[in-house]
Amino acid sequence: MNKRILNKRLDGLFKVLGILTTVFGMLVLLVLFIDVFLDGASRLSLGFFTSFPSRKPEAAGILSAWVGTLWIMAVTAFIAIPLGIGSAIYLEEYAPKNRLTALIEISIANLAGVPSVIFGLLGLGLFVRWFNLDRSVLAGGLTLAILVLPVIILSTREALRAIPFSIREASYAVGATKWQTVYLQVLPAALGNIMTGVILAMSRAVGETAPLITIGALTYIAFLPQPPVILSGEFPFIRVGLQGLFDPFTALPIQIFNWVSRPQKGFSVNASAGIIVLLGITLAMNSIAVIVRYRQRKKTRW
Amino acid sequence: MKLRQIKEFIIEKLIFLSGILSILFVVLIFTFLLKEGFLFFKEISIKTFITGKYWYPISDPEQFGILPLILGSLIVTLGAIIVSVPLSIACAFYISEVAQGRIKDILKAGIEMLAAIPSVVLGFIGMTTLVPFLKNVFNLPTGLTALSGSIMLGLMAMPTIITISEDAINAVPKSYKEGALALGATRWQAMYRVIIHAALPGIIAASMLGIGRVIGETMAVMMITGNAAVIPTTFLQPVRTLTATIAAEMGETVHGSMHYYSLFAIGIILFVITFIINVTADMFLHRNKK
Repeated sequence: MNKRILNKRLDGLFKVLGILTTVFGMLVLLVLFIDVFLDGASRLSLGFFTSFPSRKPEAAGILSAWVGTLWIMAVTAFIAIPLGIGSAIYLEEYAPKNRLTALIEISIANLAGVPSVIFGLLGLGLFVRWFNLDRSVLAGGLTLAILVLPVIILSTREALRAIPFSIREASYAVGATKWQTVYLQVLPAALGNIMTGVILAMSRAVGETAPLITIGALTYIAFLPQPPVILSGEFPFIRVGLQGLFDPFTALPIQIFNWVSRPQKGFSVNASAGIIVLLGITLAMNSIAVIVRYRQRKKTRW
Repeated sequence: MKLRQIKEFIIEKLIFLSGILSILFVVLIFTFLLKEGFLFFKEISIKTFITGKYWYPISDPEQFGILPLILGSLIVTLGAIIVSVPLSIACAFYISEVAQGRIKDILKAGIEMLAAIPSVVLGFIGMTTLVPFLKNVFNLPTGLTALSGSIMLGLMAMPTIITISEDAINAVPKSYKEGALALGATRWQAMYRVIIHAALPGIIAASMLGIGRVIGETMAVMMITGNAAVIPTTFLQPVRTLTATIAAEMGETVHGSMHYYSLFAIGIILFVITFIINVTADMFLHRNKK
């Protein structure tokens, strides 16, 4: 009899303990973020977004950092999204069951588990030195593209796998070819979940620092990559070019890291402000991903 | 009709090509690590590299012993395991077996958010809060210690361990639990006598993937562990990890120097360690499926 009461108590204890630790954990996290927020909020102004880094903490801003992040993300997205979705389609829809497919699967699983610094080493050896891209936007973007590729592949495969086979069979039955089936039926149906995975992968790339530091991205840059579109007063009036891809860059997390490692108090305030911006971006991307997933789930009728 | 066939042929080949590319990337990682690392191992044997006690890559004469770095990575990882594994497993059980409705949704969203926070941010938070706190509590000359790294990394590994363990727990057939409850077990007894045994391979895999993440983590470690390349004896002293060494020193090396090659050699060691961990985790996951 006694034992039964004890067991009942244990049962309740676990429940209470669970709720307590949950509340405690959430509170601690909240307090930490509020702390950072209060620290950095005073530095957040328009000037912070439009100034270059500087030796004086009050004058320093994140202009080169956020522009750099934008450039890198554009390169990463341009490379990783089509490649990632393409290989997922191959593996889910086309690949025969053979040695080669198994090898691709193993490679992807492996890439997903490699530490991010090692991608930095690859970027340094391959893009910076071998392709002679130097420490450019292109080298940084390509490095991060390989880093997020397995994430996009894995989530896209999951999305494709969730589409019931009957949809494909119906498409074949009315005479569609394989690609028509994939392009007109399977992809649209899986789009929401694919988007979710892509957005989450890109939000991971935004915060990634170690590989960029390893390839030697500069921390102090007081100019911007050449913009892709330049307006001018002379004849063609508009010049379009991707020269900026070969310019050196810095990125938001690198700038934050640089400020953190300086001793003056003012820079730590700048770092807090930078973190508010970075967290704002990643959390916004995550929220969008969650919303997209939620809407997809509501739409799904199978 | 002909045109459509050609179009389809091209598209299929393109898709096939993007599938093949991931093999190429793995091969490239291997070749570049081995190519640069090999130049290093021509001069210094793997044995002296791994068992050397001193890491003085730029002093004269230079010494390339990564034993302190390996032990640094190990002690931080060990600490992170102690911090995160029990907590994460309890959390996974709580989410999948106890929590209901609203609380469950909030918790899951919270864990997803935790996974999304960039490591520089967690490093900064650790630096401004945890480091001074540990310094005061243990009365240390500096709070940049293995312990601070362990706690922060434990936090970072939690989302991985929780989500994968939760999947493993959810995959346990409902009949197991119902059987236990029908025999008169309480929910707690059903959890720790029945469900945990069935879900164990998945939970082990989850923990191993979490560990893989901890060993590979760079920024937070670099910011809060103090980066002193000495052989650690306690949790309360500064350590330097393999990852932090690569990231911190690569920017300053001269291309083609021994120091440059040595960092690639560290990359090889790190790659091998994470590879073993991931393969083992994969084995446990597959055993679970059977």
